[in-house]
Amino acid sequence: MPIKIKIDNVRKGFPTDKGHLDVIQNLDFEVADGEFVAIVGPSGCGKTTLMNIMAGFLAPDSGAVKVDGVPRLGPNRKGVLITQQGSVFPWLTVRQNLLFGLPDDLANREVLAEEYAALVGLKGFENNYPHELSGGMLKRCEIARALVVKPEILYMDEPFSALDALMSLRMQNELLRILAKEKHTVLLITHDVEEAIHLADRILVLSPRPTRIQKTFEVGIPHPRRVSSPEAQALRVDILRELGVSETI
Amino acid sequence: MKGLRNSWSSIVVAAVLVATWWLTVIYTNSFIFPTPKTVVEGTLELARDGSLWEHIGSSLMRVASGFGLAVLLAIPLGLWMGRVHGAFVTMNPIFQILRPISPIAWIPISILWFGVGNASAIYLIFIASVFPMIVQTTVGVHTIEKRFLRAANNFDVPRGKFFLQVVLPATLPQIITGMRIGLGVAWLVVVAAEMIALRSGLGYMIMDARNAGNRYDLVVAGMIIIGLIGLLLDGLMRLLENMKIVRWRYAH
Repeated sequence: MPIKIKIDNVRKGFPTDKGHLDVIQNLDFEVADGEFVAIVGPSGCGKTTLMNIMAGFLAPDSGAVKVDGVPRLGPNRKGVLITQQGSVFPWLTVRQNLLFGLPDDLANREVLAEEYAALVGLKGFENNYPHELSGGMLKRCEIARALVVKPEILYMDEPFSALDALMSLRMQNELLRILAKEKHTVLLITHDVEEAIHLADRILVLSPRPTRIQKTFEVGIPHPRRVSSPEAQALRVDILRELGVSETI
Repeated sequence: MKGLRNSWSSIVVAAVLVATWWLTVIYTNSFIFPTPKTVVEGTLELARDGSLWEHIGSSLMRVASGFGLAVLLAIPLGLWMGRVHGAFVTMNPIFQILRPISPIAWIPISILWFGVGNASAIYLIFIASVFPMIVQTTVGVHTIEKRFLRAANNFDVPRGKFFLQVVLPATLPQIITGMRIGLGVAWLVVVAAEMIALRSGLGYMIMDARNAGNRYDLVVAGMIIIGLIGLLLDGLMRLLENMKIVRWRYAH
């Protein structure tokens, strides 16, 4: 499959009181078109910085992020970012949020908004304001707002970590169901190894700061996956060991 | 139910205050300080001959003009200063110096510029209410959460849409707060402005009652009416907080 995203020798640091802090050091990897790549790493290793660079919100000190071979210079709707804290506009209704990213002169925008509200199970809530929705519904609204503009790439930065365990699992299944319908290239940052195994084609384990890729795991288990299966559990133990957590159970 | 209990206790306290006032006037045999009874009688007298309504009407007209002009200037200016960094660093120091100057200090200059009359009073009200509204609007823009601005940038929408669907609604709760503060000071200042030399308004009514035969019953009546109308105006501004588009701010 053709290469969709190329992270080309990206380097990033921040000035601090104690001098320059290297966060990302010469990072190189590629993501194929339609691939689902999960990135896990110890907390504070620069995962979110990396995601902000990939999504175009932050410029690297050197190196480049290339999408379809073109360096990415800023955010655009080819790739939409979904974060842990969420960013559904509280002053717009569900419908208005879904319409937000669609051009005003697009003929079927109302139809599209309705279709995607239904896709994430928000049919009947189109005229509700976000503060009238539950946490899970809010997440669905955010996913629908991202998908309705037909982005080629989804950047997900711990998208489900603010939800309870049950809702998180439910949202993972929803995401897989939607991705089976329409193919997107997905980059997922997570601290939840099981979530990564459940969703991703490939898992990159990052090292502590200054971060680089410590190891890559191909998941290779056909969907639908059972995280409790022996092969998934073996993979989980391997990844956790890589993260410095040796499990005896 | 809770609201009812709260207003009950307020009524009891107010009744105690009125009773204390009444008894004090009786026991001290004051000739000049009015009792609640004479205040009510004086108010009814003014209401009957119609002059009370004229005074209230003139004061409200001046507040509406001065405050209205201030809103028209402050909100666009505040939004502009909030969005454009250069505008903020240029204008903010100037407003920070002008803001703490009491509107009363502007009286000589407003008389010099606008003469003694309506325009002068309206100018004072404008000056008093414009700065808090500019500041509050600018703060509103500056405190828009970054995650919303980022999301808006992510969808690269045209500037007009970005402004109307993100910046303006995100700032609206702060704009309303600014308008409440602005209207409060506008009402505060109208009375002071009318005490100068105008021939109408509640401020004039108070000064006139004292000058024309020490009618302290009308002085106190004027004060109480000013307080009640102030409360009413704030209540009207609070209705804006019930608009659907700003409910998110107060919902939790």
